[in-house]
Amino acid sequence: MSTSWEVSARQLERLAYRRRRDRRRMTIALVSTVVVLVVAWLLITSAPGWERVRETYFDWDDAKAAFPDIARAFLTNIKAFLVAEVLILALALLVAVVRVVPSAWMAPLKVVATVYTDVFRGTPTLLVVLLVGFGIPALGLQGAPTSLFWLGVIALTLSYGAYVAEVIRAGILSVHPSQWASGRSLGLSYGKTLRHVVLPQALRRVTPPLLNDFVSLQKDTALLSVIGLVEALRQAQIFSSRDFVFTPYVVAAAFFIVATIPLARFTDWLSLRAARRQSGAA
Amino acid sequence: MSALLEARGVRKTYGDHDVLKGVDLSVDTHHVVCLIGASGSGKSTLLRCLNLLEVVDDGEIWFDGAEITDPRVDVDDVRRDIGTVFQAFNLFPHMSVLDNVTLGPRKVRGARRGDAEERATALLTRFGLADQARKHPDALSGGQQQRVAIVRALAMEPKVLLLDEVTSALDPMLVGGVLEAVRELKAEGMTIVMATHEMQFAREVADEVLFLESGVVCERGTAEQVFTDPSDPRTREFLARHLA
Repeated sequence: MSTSWEVSARQLERLAYRRRRDRRRMTIALVSTVVVLVVAWLLITSAPGWERVRETYFDWDDAKAAFPDIARAFLTNIKAFLVAEVLILALALLVAVVRVVPSAWMAPLKVVATVYTDVFRGTPTLLVVLLVGFGIPALGLQGAPTSLFWLGVIALTLSYGAYVAEVIRAGILSVHPSQWASGRSLGLSYGKTLRHVVLPQALRRVTPPLLNDFVSLQKDTALLSVIGLVEALRQAQIFSSRDFVFTPYVVAAAFFIVATIPLARFTDWLSLRAARRQSGAA
Repeated sequence: MSALLEARGVRKTYGDHDVLKGVDLSVDTHHVVCLIGASGSGKSTLLRCLNLLEVVDDGEIWFDGAEITDPRVDVDDVRRDIGTVFQAFNLFPHMSVLDNVTLGPRKVRGARRGDAEERATALLTRFGLADQARKHPDALSGGQQQRVAIVRALAMEPKVLLLDEVTSALDPMLVGGVLEAVRELKAEGMTIVMATHEMQFAREVADEVLFLESGVVCERGTAEQVFTDPSDPRTREFLARHLA
């Protein structure tokens, strides 16, 4: 440490004390963590059924055998997630704006948007997947999608669109009325104030909860297994029912966990950047 | 010559609270009208009625030869010619200072970004804010933010400027710079209606001073008249407290 002044004895004493204290804290954190982990490990491994559990859930050879196929199937999850995410954002933004805008022309759309959010927020996603996955093909409509992938994506979009629309709407309503007054005072119309002043602030504000919803969406792509789409969970099921082992499920779980971590870190990074940008220099 | 901005018997009610009880106001081009009075006397509400942020409950407001309280009027058309600066600045926190200033000209007047930025930069420079153009509002001091808010209103080339207690949220140290900016606007002939608690400043710049209490104009006249020879006892009492 270099300073432009002669550091006083008192300050040196303080620094030394803080160093000692930090070392002590670090030691306590480390020791307690190790103790907890060891105790947990001993508890689990000494359980009477541990040998059986280890063989069925944590078998290295089973894991290795299932890994390539589950990895390939997991690409379907990622694809469904990415496509649905874009569609959800578009649908949710539209629904949120329709519900907020006080225009007479919007009245019928507002009813549709309100009923939509009520119905799809109230229906379990699993049910939506089943109803869309089997219902739409049963209609036999000309041009209706028959691919399991797209049916699944549509179901997820409908279900999550309702949630995300409400998050975005809450964000819009959370922007202080003085921002509306300020925009309108410049002569900006309602729509332009919404677009240039309110929505950008609302979306920034709801980014963390939105990304949280998307983490959840990433996991819920596994629901598409019920309509027969071969994604990671379905692939694990196939192995499991053939060999009577559960290790493939653990492998699939690992894929989901690993996939959500980057999104979580991305959320942190975004929030940090937003905070820095708004308070800091250029 | 008829007034640029005129209020006739304007009333505004919130629930059963009468905020404005028939206020008359007349502002000629190049004039500065100051509204003084205690908090809650109706100064801010009157300003918000003048730019149609509040819908009047009775009376008329005329601007530039037309009645703007006519419900058929396009409020956006009216507001683009009426600049407003708020007590709490109300800058757009997600935009740089330059974008704050150019948003109106670009999205309302349809100016090209290059032209708008050139004009904005000139205005910012004039008000000592050239170095702040790329920053976000939160990185600026209160005084700087308020001057940006003034520049943002000016960028629309308004015919009249409404200033709503523009120094009330500021540190005493920062008030001077903002008042200096207003002084400069008056010097170049801007028409201004300002609600203020800065009595000395009102006395210095106002062509006309209105004293409001409980939604009524108790006293009106030149700054000299109102400050040195008020006729209403309520004005005398208010000034005694605020000029001490």
